[in-house]
Amino acid sequence: MVLATSSNFEKPDDAFRAIVEAHRGLSDEASADLDAALVLILANHIGDLEVLREAIELAKRRMLEVSQQQQQQQ
Amino acid sequence: MTHGNTQADIGARTRFGFQRHADQDRAGTDIAMHPVVVVGAGPVGLSLAIDLAQRGQPVVLLDDADRIGEGSRAICFSKRSLEFWDRLGVGQRMVDKGVVWQIGKIFHGPSLLYQFDLLPERGHKRPAFINLQQFYAEAYLVDRVLELPGISLRWRNRVIGLEQRNGHVVVSIETPEGVYRIGASYVVACDGARSSLRQMVGADFAGQVFEDQFLIADVKMTAEFPTERWFWFDPPFHAGRSALLHKQPDDVWRIDLQLDRSADPVAEKRPENVRPRIARMLGHDQFEFEWISLYKFQCRRMARFVHGRVIFAGDAAHQVSPFGARGANSGLEDAENLGWKLDRVLRRTSPETLLESYHVERSQAADENIRESTRSTDFMAPNSPYEVRLRKAVLSLAKETEFGKRMVNAGRLSVPSTYDSPLSTPDVDAWRGGVRPGASMRDAPIATPESGLEYLTDAFKAVGGGFTILEFANGAVADWPDGVGVVRIGGISDAIETFLARYDAEPGTAYLLRPDGYVAARFRRPTRNAIDAALQRASGNS
Repeated sequence: MVLATSSNFEKPDDAFRAIVEAHRGLSDEASADLDAALVLILANHIGDLEVLREAIELAKRRMLEVSQQQQQQQ
Repeated sequence: MTHGNTQADIGARTRFGFQRHADQDRAGTDIAMHPVVVVGAGPVGLSLAIDLAQRGQPVVLLDDADRIGEGSRAICFSKRSLEFWDRLGVGQRMVDKGVVWQIGKIFHGPSLLYQFDLLPERGHKRPAFINLQQFYAEAYLVDRVLELPGISLRWRNRVIGLEQRNGHVVVSIETPEGVYRIGASYVVACDGARSSLRQMVGADFAGQVFEDQFLIADVKMTAEFPTERWFWFDPPFHAGRSALLHKQPDDVWRIDLQLDRSADPVAEKRPENVRPRIARMLGHDQFEFEWISLYKFQCRRMARFVHGRVIFAGDAAHQVSPFGARGANSGLEDAENLGWKLDRVLRRTSPETLLESYHVERSQAADENIRESTRSTDFMAPNSPYEVRLRKAVLSLAKETEFGKRMVNAGRLSVPSTYDSPLSTPDVDAWRGGVRPGASMRDAPIATPESGLEYLTDAFKAVGGGFTILEFANGAVADWPDGVGVVRIGGISDAIETFLARYDAEPGTAYLLRPDGYVAARFRRPTRNAIDAALQRASGNS
């Protein structure tokens, strides 16, 4: 595992807030566009394909698990 | 389809009649035996036949048509292909006729997004690319074939059957004067994407089919556009789609327009429907059509390129999308890879297993070409709403970031593949760059003008196109094996600075080059034993 999953921000709430505020007032469509650009910018900043792949794997695993749980609850 | 003047101009040399060959008069089972039969007189089959003939192998080259292919088709020929053609004696003619280019520009909407240079470094004999209609390339290759006594080129000879026997293949051939049979130690199928030989050996051809349709129009006009490759995403004249403009010789311009998946191919191909689209693109309608074609494409390859004594090359073995000029160029690389190996096997200086390395190396290249051209195609024609969104983000970021520009994929143009090959001797010394075993040699100026040779590619050709040692002199006279060519780069001087840098060379450094110009091994302090071992390995003898 080369992907860092321990907390890197001194104030994680500030980072979360910055992303929330970036999306405030945007339509779903515009939000999705913004996220797509953010993903590309951050992926390039990391510049490590292995880290990117692990990040994709983690996100995919967690989001799929969440959506499965939601389906079971319905 | 409309034909203009261009192809008619060389028409006298592009139509060939059937000529009965004495092989056809042999009785019953007493068939003529030949070392190699090449099927398909396209760029790949012609080039392979020339290479084999220059190496001293007689070749029978069969083609079912009586003329070279119609339409411009493949137009971009790479530096690597030109270097191969130089060794076949046709490179200069291609370059003299072709349009030399190396700059690509990418537009988004009405504005220039960025431009790339395919050969930013100097010191290469050949340009990154030339554009040349395929029919010119084929006509020049046919002219070269006719100069070589070793090639029997037989038009209107259609292969209708193959029988693999012990030690040879029996080929049944249909002609206007009936059917005859010949035997061959090896058959090489260069008979294109719809290869009938592929069906005869029962091989499948699996891969991905793309639903997008593209329209090719070659138009003749005098225009002031520079000789660059121009690609548009979502241009004002073709909203929501992509377009490509590229110059060919004779004031002919290649235009490539992406169409809707649902577009009706018959209607779209009619000149009266194509004309307004092109007129919107050019801003005028002062042009004539040379060729119009509508295509969909597939990215696929055969699982194996070698089927007993029948070997597949070019589009017969693998197919890619056209974005990246990886079709004809990779077929020519197949021919270059196969020619010397087949020659050695026929001479019994290498075992038959050497041919397996053709499959290993060229199927790696096919995978790479398929991967690259599939990615380009997916970028041009996104498959899902999210892919559309992601592409939109890339195109918008490209306006002000370098990383965004580099992510825009309007075709990654053909470069020779690097092989992970059983023929390569792994490095044992320390290298900082240079050209690693399994990679294609890089041209460089050699600064020995007294010999009349300016570049490494010239010197490599001059020593005869066999295994070649490229050595950087350190005063000692080495004892190299017989039959191996030597290119000696004398004295370390400013004049060969580029060379030293490209090969990470120091006095005493030596590279062993294969007959196709690939690096087999390299040494800081080569010994005779090390060179012998590398040579055995590269020729499949160990």
